[in-house]
Amino acid sequence: MVLPVNTPLAVKSKDPNLPAARKRKTSKLAIQEAVWGYVFILPVALGLALFYMVPSAASLILSFTNWDGMSAPAFNGIDNFTQLMQDEKFTHSLLNTLLYTVATVPLSIVFATLLAVLLNQHIKGMVVYRTFYFIPVITMPIAVGMVWKWLYNSEFGLINYVLGAMHLPQPNWLFDEKFALMSIVIVSVWTSVGYNAVILLSGLQGIPSSYYEAASLDGAGTVYRFFRITLPLLTPSLFFVLVMSFINSFQVFDLVFIMMGQQTSLLDSTRTVVYSIWEDGFKYFNMGYASAEAFILFIVILIITAFQMYFQKRWVHYQ
Amino acid sequence: MITRTSDRGRRLAVHILLIAGAVLMVTPFVWMLSTSFKSFADSMKVPPTLLPSEWHFENYAKVLTTIDFGTYYLNTILVTLGRTAGQLLLCSLAAYSFACLKFPGKNVIFLALLAVLMVPSQVVMIPSFVIMRQLNWLDTFYVLIIPGIFSAFGTFLLRQFFMTLPKDLEEAAKIDGCSYFRIYWNIYLPLSKSALVSLAIFTILAAWNDLLWPLIMTSSEDMRVLSIGISSFQGQHSTDYPLLMAGAVMATLPIIILFIFLQRYFIEGIAMNGIKG
Repeated sequence: MVLPVNTPLAVKSKDPNLPAARKRKTSKLAIQEAVWGYVFILPVALGLALFYMVPSAASLILSFTNWDGMSAPAFNGIDNFTQLMQDEKFTHSLLNTLLYTVATVPLSIVFATLLAVLLNQHIKGMVVYRTFYFIPVITMPIAVGMVWKWLYNSEFGLINYVLGAMHLPQPNWLFDEKFALMSIVIVSVWTSVGYNAVILLSGLQGIPSSYYEAASLDGAGTVYRFFRITLPLLTPSLFFVLVMSFINSFQVFDLVFIMMGQQTSLLDSTRTVVYSIWEDGFKYFNMGYASAEAFILFIVILIITAFQMYFQKRWVHYQ
Repeated sequence: MITRTSDRGRRLAVHILLIAGAVLMVTPFVWMLSTSFKSFADSMKVPPTLLPSEWHFENYAKVLTTIDFGTYYLNTILVTLGRTAGQLLLCSLAAYSFACLKFPGKNVIFLALLAVLMVPSQVVMIPSFVIMRQLNWLDTFYVLIIPGIFSAFGTFLLRQFFMTLPKDLEEAAKIDGCSYFRIYWNIYLPLSKSALVSLAIFTILAAWNDLLWPLIMTSSEDMRVLSIGISSFQGQHSTDYPLLMAGAVMATLPIIILFIFLQRYFIEGIAMNGIKG
């Protein structure tokens, strides 16, 4: 047994009314602990309140105003939202973001799963491979976008040179509306595979080898083992990767900004929601309108995440 | 015998697949480096060559003189250091309190903190701009550093880590009359080096690579960070790829080097988040 902390032993002999004294002492300690508890969280709590919570609430309010960032905001009810539904620029950006997400997320996760399985084979040089696959993840997106813009260059770019050498068609990547969004999807998959693979790899490493040994004794083949053991037991990690990838994909901005930003003609087929928020809010100073867009984005992300949470019991197996 | 050869074959196949993938991952970087040493005419040659016909190291010097790259570097380093140091200190302090101290309303406050994690940064952006304007922080280091210090993610990450540390140490320290701050500083922080390094890496990465926040909150050339600097550089020299690539190399190299040395912590940090969700 540990004595109540800081209770001087002398108290015992002096004070016959022991339980009360001890209670007073510990409650004094409890108050002291609570005070320090508050003091320690105070900076972070204040900062989060000022820089996150207040702005979140303000954003919701602003989305019901016609605020231009300068003059006094006036409420205009749900005007912003009805207008947004008719605004082709916004509906297109929503559609583009959806297309981008639906293409990027599955591609990235399939490649990442494959990569994680390969990296999990206890082969030599695993760390070296992992380094190569992970470097795109940590590289500044703006620089990544610049490099890929150069690779995609239709006349002097490396990609079209290689395609030409293989007698394949050479699309005008970023300058062709059929290919522009796809070009960005390819870059996103390239940057995210390593990240997802690392998470999936740690999931794979958590699968007890006894399952595989038992399956081997039963004469199960590689394919059978993958689909009947690896994949089901990997579903918790896959679920996490899926949820996070969706959330990140819906917020894509940097690549579109650097790769398409100066090409206003094709921006229509690549503009994402966040790009549209930035344009409306900080180029045209329609801050009320842009807040409404941000709010819609939040709701869409929330609904999709809730949807995934709800359906996880259909396919995620927790051990 | 049969199993051994098939095992060797399987290993070979794994290596071939991994190498093929690694080539795809590395080619853009190789191309970036190679272009950065080429002359303008050389970069436009068809068919393209892997190695420059002449090595133009002066491309890097040219980037440093045509744009104020030094200032961008300095700004980015300052912002990254400030945000990382602040976040490590304040988030770990709050995390210790959430993990180890008892006080009324703790769970409610912690839930509010988790709610912050759910809100996408774009929602916060517009009102933040107004708040920063009211504070007269626009286009200063304050706006680039201070809001980035308060991280719900960082607090959450460290709190989860502190929860796994044994309680006996703290009890012993209390009996010795240690103050709560001393317990945090002398016991919890030293035991949490790996978690702190992981958080530091996440913060460094976020601060170094950030685009949207500095794009909105700063306007003068003196306050430009690297991401803004090289994107406006692209606006001015949209086709001079050797110069652009030299800029891109300089903007990314410090982080790539940092990663190569600290990758164990990177990977551990990510895997830790992945598991804990």
